[in-house]
Amino acid sequence: MEVKSVEELYQISNHLRQLVITMLENAGSGHSAGSLGMADVFTALYFNILKHNPKKPHWKDRDRVILSNGHICPILYASLAHSGYFEEKELLTFRKINSRLQGHPHYQSVPGVENTSGSLGQGLSQAIGIALSLRLNGKNNQVYALLSDGEHQEGQTWEGYLFANAQKLANLTVLIDRNNIQIDGLVENLVPLNDLKRKIAEFGWQVLEIDGHNMEQIIAACQQAESNQVGPTAIICQTIPGKGVDFMESLPAWHGKPPDEKQAQLALKQLRSLNNKITCHQLS
Amino acid sequence: MINTTKIEKINFSPTASTLDSTREEFGKAIAQIAQSNDQIIGLSADLTESTKMSLFAQKFKNRFFHLGVAEQNMIGVAAGLALGGKIPVCTSYAIFQPGRCWEQIRQSICYSNLNVKMVSTHAGLSVGPDGASHQALEDLALTRVLPNLTVISPCDGNQARKATFAMIEHQGPVYLRLTREPALSVTTSETSFEIGKGQVFRVGSDVTIISHGTMIGTALQAALILEEQMNISAQVINLHTIKPIDQELLVQAAKTTQAIVTLEEHQIMAGVGSAVAECLATNYPVPIEMVGMKDQFGQSGKAHELIDYYGLTVEGVIKAVKKVIKRKNHS
Repeated sequence: MEVKSVEELYQISNHLRQLVITMLENAGSGHSAGSLGMADVFTALYFNILKHNPKKPHWKDRDRVILSNGHICPILYASLAHSGYFEEKELLTFRKINSRLQGHPHYQSVPGVENTSGSLGQGLSQAIGIALSLRLNGKNNQVYALLSDGEHQEGQTWEGYLFANAQKLANLTVLIDRNNIQIDGLVENLVPLNDLKRKIAEFGWQVLEIDGHNMEQIIAACQQAESNQVGPTAIICQTIPGKGVDFMESLPAWHGKPPDEKQAQLALKQLRSLNNKITCHQLS
Repeated sequence: MINTTKIEKINFSPTASTLDSTREEFGKAIAQIAQSNDQIIGLSADLTESTKMSLFAQKFKNRFFHLGVAEQNMIGVAAGLALGGKIPVCTSYAIFQPGRCWEQIRQSICYSNLNVKMVSTHAGLSVGPDGASHQALEDLALTRVLPNLTVISPCDGNQARKATFAMIEHQGPVYLRLTREPALSVTTSETSFEIGKGQVFRVGSDVTIISHGTMIGTALQAALILEEQMNISAQVINLHTIKPIDQELLVQAAKTTQAIVTLEEHQIMAGVGSAVAECLATNYPVPIEMVGMKDQFGQSGKAHELIDYYGLTVEGVIKAVKKVIKRKNHS
């Protein structure tokens, strides 16, 4: 895969955001906020960082992406389609009966989907199992587990952190969508995670904190995680839920809502006029 | 009606007293299989010794993982290992697996149809003094309801060994139910074993007693007494595979004897009795009586005391047989 410039990567993340909006409006249901918020991270992964081959989805030497917060699958599907795992027009079948694009990802439903998710808290464990199997097979591929901040309220997530540290899984990188929203409101108002970086570090992990909309930071952090030979790394990505569509940004209400036709038109107009200039979120 | 059913070769007599252990035989079998199959990975949730995974753990240090007291993570990790092409064998007590991690089994394993083997020991009342918190009486209800899952309850150590081999051969998720206490050894190395095929351990014409797991000894003893003392001819079926259930054998038994009694170390509700009833009600309805836990929890005590106390006994079976024959004759 030829190396893309940062400029090109932002063009792609903008395009993926448009695909997400179109897909959700067409489906009439689905999760806007996280899907839009993680578009830059997914772009960095699928178009720069990952060792993968869309024409060979079972290639034994591929890196793995394990999506844990499966509800943001619109961005996963958009990334897979745009990479070439399947055709972009299939995105219009999302959530419809007999579709390969299930409302939450189902393992092997469509090329590129590596695991089943939807029930929060289970993906990190799955990612750990895959990382272990790769290590047992003598492969040094990376496993990227994508988690939401809200799902850190599930105890199983912490079981995973404990165990991955015990196993010193250096081929495991967790990327956390730190957008501070969950269904019932703001994470820090409901059941606060507080200093998530410190918490995960206390479990023995290397923890990095970045702007989840800054392509260079995302790439640098993933490279740093990969070069960590000692143990697993967690990258906390500060993001704005709904990023790119001003009437969606930062509102918990958009967690599980799709745009209607009018809203979708407005959203697409905004995205197209952005001229690929996503403003980076300031780390507070 | 003449019973032309095939009878399985077993080793049962009125004076039978040899015991063997389902969990010990599993432990030996899995270590043996792992010798020639390097894709098998052992996982334990802090119960390595009591689930008899210690032999495996000792021999295959690189392929054995301590997950600690974290069953949900264990199941997810197993799913990941299976996604990576391995054959994970997850072990715990039946109360914790499937109890604690039921949703993980559903979402991460069954819905993805992954090749994960879940072996749980300490099923049923015979856990004994630990008490109700540890006596799994619901695990078959929880597991048989999951699509893609094969559910097996072997009747003795010999059969547990064969079931272990079959479980590894089988492509797809499996739940294997074992017990803490040794029990009457009833099968021999010549007794066949095939997933999904129930076994006739004794031919009879008046009633069929269907059981599984280590209750099979009780079923056979009851059949003996029914014949010798009450002139009732009881067929005994060992239904080692709860799912997929052997519909053909069950319907044949219903046709032949026209009356069924089920016996299990499990709640009656949603247990194997229910599974049999589901099958027969829709194919060949006959009167059924079910012996099992009557919608209550257990308590501390010695295994045999508890079995007696809750009526999962020879007397309990005989009583049920008399009742169901009465119903048969009045219908």
